[in-house]
Amino acid sequence: MSLLSIRNLSVTFRTASGPFKAVDGVDISVEPGEVLGIVGESGSGKSVAMLGLMGLLPPTATVTADEIAFQGRDLRGLSRRERRKIIGKDMAMIFQEPIASLNPCFTVGQQIGETLREHLGLDKAARRERTLELLRKVGIPEPERRMRAFPHQLSGGMSQRVMIAMAIACEPKLLIADEPTTALDVTIQAQILDLLLDLQRERGMAMILITHDMGVIAETANRVVVQYAGTQVERQQVVDLFDEPRHPYTAALLAAMPERARGGRLPTIPGVVPGQGDRPTGCLFNPRCPKADERCRTVQPPRQPRELGEALCHYPLGADPRRPEDIPPGFGPDGLAGFEGGARPSDITPDMRGAAR
Amino acid sequence: MSPIVIADKVGQTYSISRGAFRPTADLKAVQEASFEVSAGETLAIVGESGCGKSTLARMLTMIETPTSGTLTIDGIDVATAGAAELKRLRSTVQIVFQNPYGSLNPRQKVGAIIEEPLKINTDLSAAERRAKAEKLLAEVGLRPEHYNRYPHMFSGGQRQRIAVARAIALEPKILVLDEPVSALDVSIQAQILNLLADLQERLGLTYIFISHDLSVVRHVADRVMVMYLGRPIEIAPVETLYTDPQHPYTRALLAATPAARPGQRGERAKLVGELPSPFNPPKGCAFNPRCPFADERTRTERPTLKRHGKTMVACFAVEEGRLPPPSPREHAEA
Ligand SMILES: Nc1ncnc2c1ncn2[C@@H]1O[C@H](COP(=O)(O)OP(=O)(O)OP(=O)(O)O)[C@@H](O)[C@H]1O
Ligand SMILES: Nc1ncnc2c1ncn2[C@@H]1O[C@H](COP(=O)(O)OP(=O)(O)O)[C@@H](O)[C@H]1O
Ligand code: SF4
Ligand code: SF4
Ligand SMILES: [Mg+2]
Ligand SMILES: [Mg+2]
Repeated sequence: MSLLSIRNLSVTFRTASGPFKAVDGVDISVEPGEVLGIVGESGSGKSVAMLGLMGLLPPTATVTADEIAFQGRDLRGLSRRERRKIIGKDMAMIFQEPIASLNPCFTVGQQIGETLREHLGLDKAARRERTLELLRKVGIPEPERRMRAFPHQLSGGMSQRVMIAMAIACEPKLLIADEPTTALDVTIQAQILDLLLDLQRERGMAMILITHDMGVIAETANRVVVQYAGTQVERQQVVDLFDEPRHPYTAALLAAMPERARGGRLPTIPGVVPGQGDRPTGCLFNPRCPKADERCRTVQPPRQPRELGEALCHYPLGADPRRPEDIPPGFGPDGLAGFEGGARPSDITPDMRGAAR
Repeated sequence: MSPIVIADKVGQTYSISRGAFRPTADLKAVQEASFEVSAGETLAIVGESGCGKSTLARMLTMIETPTSGTLTIDGIDVATAGAAELKRLRSTVQIVFQNPYGSLNPRQKVGAIIEEPLKINTDLSAAERRAKAEKLLAEVGLRPEHYNRYPHMFSGGQRQRIAVARAIALEPKILVLDEPVSALDVSIQAQILNLLADLQERLGLTYIFISHDLSVVRHVADRVMVMYLGRPIEIAPVETLYTDPQHPYTRALLAATPAARPGQRGERAKLVGELPSPFNPPKGCAFNPRCPFADERTRTERPTLKRHGKTMVACFAVEEGRLPPPSPREHAEA
């Protein structure tokens, strides 16, 4: 049995300009002890999907799903109180902005203590003991002193450690980390990632790691979900994803990494992630995709089988069924040639979507 | 060719008030920074948050004057320059900031934003300014109709293009880029890096490129200067820095950078602890509390930049030849 199993999760926001589907039909399963990476550009609905799972979205959001089961238990329809018993204990989350998610009015010790009181019912002395142990565990020097510190007295790296200490206080079975290192220096990022992976290995804790950094994914994940404009466009084992991306968007993300670049110019993806007002018909990636044709612009793409990375694409890389003469000019049947040269900067404005075609 | 920027022991000290009844404290944000930049090259400046990169950028752009040392830009000493010379220098050096959201005035239209430096520093007519602004928009890959829009109508990457257009309006020789792509997604980052490369080639610009992302730096830089707690500790040509890093801190930075593919990273040399407080920097070498090669000497005496092959490095262990050879990780794809 999977630790977490989500099927067909969607989130729709009510906004002044009409409903906006920020997450559309997301499936996630996580096995015990596994690290699942979710990657995608900002605005692709990574955070909203996880906040929806945790029941932390504002009332303007409508969350629907065919299944949200944690340890076999259906979380849909649980009362807020019952959900709270699970969340924070067996399933915990670290947020994108550590400073914003700590309460500025309470000391570090008080905040960790509160979690311990609520979920484990520890007494005062035991709470203090455990808090010190947790702070030491996450590598905070002088924990006795830091316990009495308020969040604003901590550096970014320190507050992220405090968040982690709080999240692992009850030894969760699943930790969801939303861009845990995006705001941090590489050196501190490396320390935090090592810390998370140590915890994951030591305790067999499963982890969902959300990031927009392919390098972070390469270092940490077992399995990867690539998300684009609210949909999952590819799902693969990490090694296969890097070796043989199947969705053109995944390939483009990989190609745009400066460390993978060969020549002087970096391959780019023209345009930006579509927002509320400019969702295209057919495939959501079609305005930016060099392989797009009429079909892509009108028909929603199917989900490909597992061997093809479960890509949401009519023409997955390595298995484009079109006759060579029907593939848009400049690209081989499976090739990535379109991403190799990169677009000219003057080709890249949203008004010129599709220039790459 | 003579360097376009010469920094000789440049320093910036801030006096910080620590409450009503306590004496002010000195914070040495940059100290004894000596380096040169040749015309047309890209010098990258890297280091952890708070190591003094932006402070150095503010001195290079004459937003602040150094409190010690001499800074010579385009042949002029900024401390002794007259008003006319300073005015010329100010258009010679322009800056692009990290945050594409905060650095543009939300109440100004794009056209006005780009024309502002022209208005202040030139006597072009309104029509000439407009023509120039439209040319600049095209130069950075935007369209003439964007002239009348407000910044909030643009994505992060497009705002960074607007910032670049404004920065090149006065036809500067030097652009200081303070984390120009750190807030952007990888695909947008690639667009901006390509744009910067194009402009450099076309306009012969000199770049001082500040970043904490070593993969980006390897892609853009000719030479790299690594800073630690306000001081340069290693300066080297880009390939040398990545394949033969000397200073233990440089090595740790490289080891901390994520790999480009799964399984590529070996056990990394962990860098423990954080940057010490600049109020009371450690005695001796500032890196010694975090350095695996620290010894008695490095805890009391401070190393200065010395030549070692193609590299300038400040470390006694390098001088004494007791540093093991670097184990450069295959950082980029072969
Ligand atoms: N105007 C100022 N007054 C007082 N202290 C300052 C001032 N500007 C910077 N500092 C301090 O000087 C040091 C260097 O800061 P600086 O902003 O140059 O760092 P940085 O390397 O650019 O960091 P980051 O990567 O976070 O941008 C820091 O300790 C900072 O707090
Ligand atoms: N409270 C909200 N109301 C309306 N739209 C929202 C709200 N929160 C997020 N969104 C939108 O949902 C989309 C996905 O956002 P998010 O999950 O934060 O992206 P990511 O985490 O992938 O960067 C974005 O277009 C964002 O603007
Ligand atoms: S469906 Fe068409 S447009 Fe969409 S990713 Fe596949 S090839 Fe590109
Ligand atoms: S001088 Fe000493 S402490 Fe400083 S970096 Fe070199 S070996 Fe380490
Ligand atoms: Mg997010
Ligand atoms: Mg800075």
